[in-house]
Amino acid sequence: MSTTTPPKAIDGAIGFADERFATAGFLRGKMKKVFPDHWSFMLGEIALYSFIILLLSGTFLTLWFKPSMSEVVYHGSYTKLNGVSMSEAYSSTLHISFDVRGGLLMRQIHHWSAILFLGSIMAHMLRVFFTGAYRKPREINWLIGITMFTVAILEGLFGYSLPDDLLSGTGLRITQGVLQSIPIVGSYLYFFAFGGEFPGQDFIPRLYTVHVLLIPGILLALVAAHFMILWFQGHTQFPGKNREEKSVMGKPFYPVFLIKTTAFFVFTFMVVALLGTFAQINPIWLFGPYTPDSITAGSQPDFYMGFLEGALRIMPNWETNLWGHTVSWNVLVPALVPLGLIMTGAAVWPFVEQWATGDRRIHHIADRPRNAPFRTAVGMAAVAFYGLLWLAGGNDVLADKFHISLYQTTWFFRFAVFIGPVIAYIVTKRICLGLQRKDAAEYGHGVESGIIKMLPSGEFIEVHEPVKDDAEAVLASKPAAPALIAGQEEDENGIPSPASRGPLGRARRALNGAFAADDIPIGNGHAAGHGPGEPGAPGDDDGDAVVKHPETEGGEHRELSRG
Amino acid sequence: MIQMGPSSVKWFTAWRRRPWAGYAVVLAALAIIAVAYAGVSSGGDRAQASDTQASAQDIAKGKELFNQTCSSCHGANAQGTRTAPSLIGVGAASVDFQVGTGRMPAMNPGAQIPRKKPVFNEEQTRQIAAYIASLGGGPAVPSSDQVDPKTGDAALGGKLFRANCAQCHNFAGSGGALTGGKYAPPLDKATPTQIYEAMVTGPQAMPVFNDTTITPAQKRAIIAYVTQTRSEVNPGGNGLGRVGPVAEGLAGWLVGIGLMVVAAAWLTARKPKKKHND
Repeated sequence: MSTTTPPKAIDGAIGFADERFATAGFLRGKMKKVFPDHWSFMLGEIALYSFIILLLSGTFLTLWFKPSMSEVVYHGSYTKLNGVSMSEAYSSTLHISFDVRGGLLMRQIHHWSAILFLGSIMAHMLRVFFTGAYRKPREINWLIGITMFTVAILEGLFGYSLPDDLLSGTGLRITQGVLQSIPIVGSYLYFFAFGGEFPGQDFIPRLYTVHVLLIPGILLALVAAHFMILWFQGHTQFPGKNREEKSVMGKPFYPVFLIKTTAFFVFTFMVVALLGTFAQINPIWLFGPYTPDSITAGSQPDFYMGFLEGALRIMPNWETNLWGHTVSWNVLVPALVPLGLIMTGAAVWPFVEQWATGDRRIHHIADRPRNAPFRTAVGMAAVAFYGLLWLAGGNDVLADKFHISLYQTTWFFRFAVFIGPVIAYIVTKRICLGLQRKDAAEYGHGVESGIIKMLPSGEFIEVHEPVKDDAEAVLASKPAAPALIAGQEEDENGIPSPASRGPLGRARRALNGAFAADDIPIGNGHAAGHGPGEPGAPGDDDGDAVVKHPETEGGEHRELSRG
Repeated sequence: MIQMGPSSVKWFTAWRRRPWAGYAVVLAALAIIAVAYAGVSSGGDRAQASDTQASAQDIAKGKELFNQTCSSCHGANAQGTRTAPSLIGVGAASVDFQVGTGRMPAMNPGAQIPRKKPVFNEEQTRQIAAYIASLGGGPAVPSSDQVDPKTGDAALGGKLFRANCAQCHNFAGSGGALTGGKYAPPLDKATPTQIYEAMVTGPQAMPVFNDTTITPAQKRAIIAYVTQTRSEVNPGGNGLGRVGPVAEGLAGWLVGIGLMVVAAAWLTARKPKKKHND
């Protein structure tokens, strides 16, 4: 309790701002935001930093890129395309790649950042889902995240389409097909978007505006909202010794986390720059310009579109003719169903969980995935569904590289997409319960020490050592399984309560059962002598003087109670 | 000279008055025209050229080799069996391609016969080709001029390649999957002659691109495109196998996200407690 103000460097700046905007109190509090020390909490930051790199490298590319479908004849440095007619978009991308100093590197950095951006968003979302970090009060930020993910996929698709190379055009052709497959309005939508027949003159300039202006603007606004909410609500943290719901332990933003996160930005840039330097991405000069009569083996979208590509590849060729109009299930279903299932499912999940478990408490302690077996199993089923579709999107490469028949991969994935998630659900749930059993055994009996003792009677026993404090606190943190919701039980005559009747009531009961089932309680009477540690005052667990400061630790708590 | 003149004229006059002299003159003229024609059109008509090269001895030797190593599947007279097609009329180009790339003799009749180290040397290959060509017709082995990549227009070749070849062999000739376990092989090892032969003979799953579909000049252009593309350095770093976005996604996850997770774990790692702080 030596000081209640931040160090001088930051205090000076805060003072400067305060004298002009009266923000000292606000900033002082915000500067003390605590970031927990766990690697998985950094995944979202990869997305933030690659987004910044995307904005900067993208701005560089706009200086030379010409979003135009005007036909030109190429006579540039890449002689293998000399005299070939192509769109200005494609020729200006060649120009950036071969004639602008650093242009190819920037293009590659831009593309690799896009890969890293989407990849880290996915990893970040999985972390948030499996630890239950989306629970109250963070549902809105979860929804913002899903929106950003969806918009980012679109942004990536549009960026991939802009250079008008052979793969771009192939992707746009599929986009056109998807638009056209929408019943009733399909052909109108397609003509509206493309300004006429495919490929037309209008679509690339339109995509460009959306890609460099509209979507980055939306993303930037959402990123800001995401961060403001995060700053206000604070981070979740994993359970552990002295961890409790009311405070969060970790490093304060200033100065420790600021240094760490700056270093992390530099790391992100390093990884992207390394990839951009040493790994060739999107070699559009090899693909050649798009012409509707050409196609290449290995026509794939970037990885984040892969699950849609896979769905399209394994979908049977089903069409229905209704009143003289064709409904193209073969395109409509793969375009909408997997995306809808995953995104809508993820969006409604926090609310379904609240509704089914009746748990409307505020949660700041992250769940260990094993302690929420139903959620973890459903999550892994979704991962399996997504992953199998993703693999199916590369089925020709798989067939070629692993010498499997192409049609066999198609048929395999047609079944695996349904069976795989079920297997993933069952296996994950069993693993979770197995780990829970292991936890309960360790908590109750201690860990095997490897020391065998012979008793005077001649009996051999293995000495079990009690679990260490830190580990014990983690084990003891296991929340009680969600109880059946009050008022839903049957009465003494076996009549279900009114709330559980009807389809909704039955669904709720079933879901509630799924959340509550198969729980292995921890500390079931064996734990005498070493029960859960008393949650003490928030203290430091890694000897860092800055974090030890109670002011820093308590900041989060106060903000929360204010909110 | 003066004395010899009348006597030689007398001799020539005596000969040309003979009854068969007319026929002899016509024959001589035909022979001159034929030789001249053969000389002028030597580049275009390799079938004749290779036929003239194929001596009876080559054919006999080729037949011997055929009987030893090919006839068990293709039949004693190359007429084909249930396991292998007839080779009558496939031409020397087909033999040169199949034997020269090591595909024939095949070891294991699967969905597709893979390329492997050739069993026969160039001379033996030529002899078998001569024998098969002697059975009747078919495209002959192209001359080195016909397949010279230097005379081909790579830009035109690229256009033709993307329209005709890339859908199976991939945009950079890296190969791709086909139905039923078949595949379009990568074009990294095929020589210009073999690329030409593959186009004119259509081996295995490949369609035939005859000289009407793709003219000899266009074939040279395609050869120029393929050979230039495969020898071209990747200006952007490692080419990741030139198979497109699948490899890029894999690298992005394994290397990109992988390195970032290592960095995150390092940055958030707990340091050992400092003793003097306690």
